[in-house]
Amino acid sequence: MIDVIHIVLFTFLAVIAIAIIRLRDLFAAVMLMGIFSLLSASLFTVMDAVDVAFTEAAVGAGVSTILMLATLSLTHSSESTRYARPRPMALVAVVLTGAALVYATFDMPRYGDPAAPIHHHVADHYIEDTDDEIGVPNMVTAILASYRGYDTWGETAVIFTACVGVMMLLGGARTFYRWRHREEDEPEEAGEAS
Amino acid sequence: MDQFGAATLALLVCMAMTLFRSIAGPTVFDRVLAVNSFGTKTVLLIAVYGFLTGRPDFLDLALVYALMNFIGTIAVMKFTRFGDLAGMEDDDEETL
Repeated sequence: MIDVIHIVLFTFLAVIAIAIIRLRDLFAAVMLMGIFSLLSASLFTVMDAVDVAFTEAAVGAGVSTILMLATLSLTHSSESTRYARPRPMALVAVVLTGAALVYATFDMPRYGDPAAPIHHHVADHYIEDTDDEIGVPNMVTAILASYRGYDTWGETAVIFTACVGVMMLLGGARTFYRWRHREEDEPEEAGEAS
Repeated sequence: MDQFGAATLALLVCMAMTLFRSIAGPTVFDRVLAVNSFGTKTVLLIAVYGFLTGRPDFLDLALVYALMNFIGTIAVMKFTRFGDLAGMEDDDEETL
């Protein structure tokens, strides 16, 4: 049953990706990308990566849809069609790279394997000693806020800087638009007055 | 567990139908409705999946999805109506 859910969700994901590539209406593509992030977030949930799913839902389905729409309101909402001639060599390169990546995954431990190296690198230490060393009941919180405290602090600073930059870009564009239209209006009023 | 399995299958079929409408839908409003109901189906799927696997601990995640879906739909509708995410405020300032 779980496998059926996985297969169906991954099929939906592939169908949406192909549809986004084929669509020429960018407004529809933005909405399909919202579906795409909702689907990948539910896949993360199904695979027990709940914190990643939270981030994907908030950033992918929520904020980035709005940012894409804000971009479309400043540009055009239809893609300029330019037919390039087919390039067989590019297709071969892409297929070969994809095959190499798929081949590389055969070397990885099975999904959810408890003996995988990733589950024994530092996880044992965290599971056994978090209570003594940190004293925070939630292990994930202890890792994020204490063991990786400087890392989280740097991430927060990066996200804050990016937020300030985006707000200045969006707000700055509107201010410039108003200022330009005001300048267009003013000479006419001056001409009527004289 | 059987009733939750049946509910999951029904939800997956519903998701496939809304997916078809969101890709094929000729007008913008077909797509808006399809995207909105697809988000609702995702929320329901996560809720049902929690009970299917016997660990309904992630219901708050479904709540977050519902909120996100609402915000996205509001933004899309505002864009369709005004052609700009800040269109409403500009109209108010012009009347003042």
